[in-house]
Amino acid sequence: MREKLTIALAAAGGLLLVYDLYQIFLVLPDEAMQGPIYRILFFHVPAAIVGMVGYFVALVLSVLYLSSKDLKWDSLAASVVEVSLVFSLVNIVSGSIWARVIWGIWWTWDARLTSALVGILIFLAYLMLRRAIDEPTQRGRLSAALCIFGCVDEVIVWKSIEWFRTQHPGPVLSIRTGGGHMDPAMERIFYLNFLAILLIATALVLIRTRQEATTREIDSLRRLAHAM
Amino acid sequence: MDARNFTFMFYGFAAAWLIVAIYVISLARRGARLKRELENVKQLVQAGHTAREEDIEHRVR
Repeated sequence: MREKLTIALAAAGGLLLVYDLYQIFLVLPDEAMQGPIYRILFFHVPAAIVGMVGYFVALVLSVLYLSSKDLKWDSLAASVVEVSLVFSLVNIVSGSIWARVIWGIWWTWDARLTSALVGILIFLAYLMLRRAIDEPTQRGRLSAALCIFGCVDEVIVWKSIEWFRTQHPGPVLSIRTGGGHMDPAMERIFYLNFLAILLIATALVLIRTRQEATTREIDSLRRLAHAM
Repeated sequence: MDARNFTFMFYGFAAAWLIVAIYVISLARRGARLKRELENVKQLVQAGHTAREEDIEHRVR
């Protein structure tokens, strides 16, 4: 059942992605000021949103682990963080390439960019911490605490383009501005691409969660073998 | 400007997909490694069971 769901999610995400790519490259015109490079933003922004949504989902799962001590929540949180980190990396690398053309620089210590980089480093530390601790309950408790800490930074990432007017552009999507900043045809593809990436990310989380369950099974069998 | 714009657009898409592709490959490799490890541990436990049964049998005799 779980395998079928994973395949269905990945297939739906893949098909939607093909439709989006067709729209991005063959239907939508170049942006008047930026030219064709703006097309990177159709992946840059949805990847950022998927990453951020993932971190907040991991926050809920971490709190569930801390309140119930059920390791299944901890495993699920770790899977979600790992996949979210991949999409945060896509966001920061694609943004840097866009910036090279539009701003003339690869990187600047702007509020949004810096807080996003700090977020990536915190969640990278989260995964490293999990590798360093063998005892499952201690690993779960400490990584849940780090996840909560990381999500404080994610709130700063989210709000930084409203709080600080630095290099990064301000909000443009109508859900944040009320509209008027982007052509509706372009914004529609933004949301559809967000959905496609979200479906693919969910499929990856399901695969990763099954691997975490296998790791737990291996650990318990090892303990059984030692006890013999 | 336009040629460079196109080139960097290609770099952007290539980098994004490369990151996702590397992760998917690493996920598949990790899955295969875990499967092998699970089989090994299962065999180890099975061997432990057999040795224990033989030991009990030996003691009874």
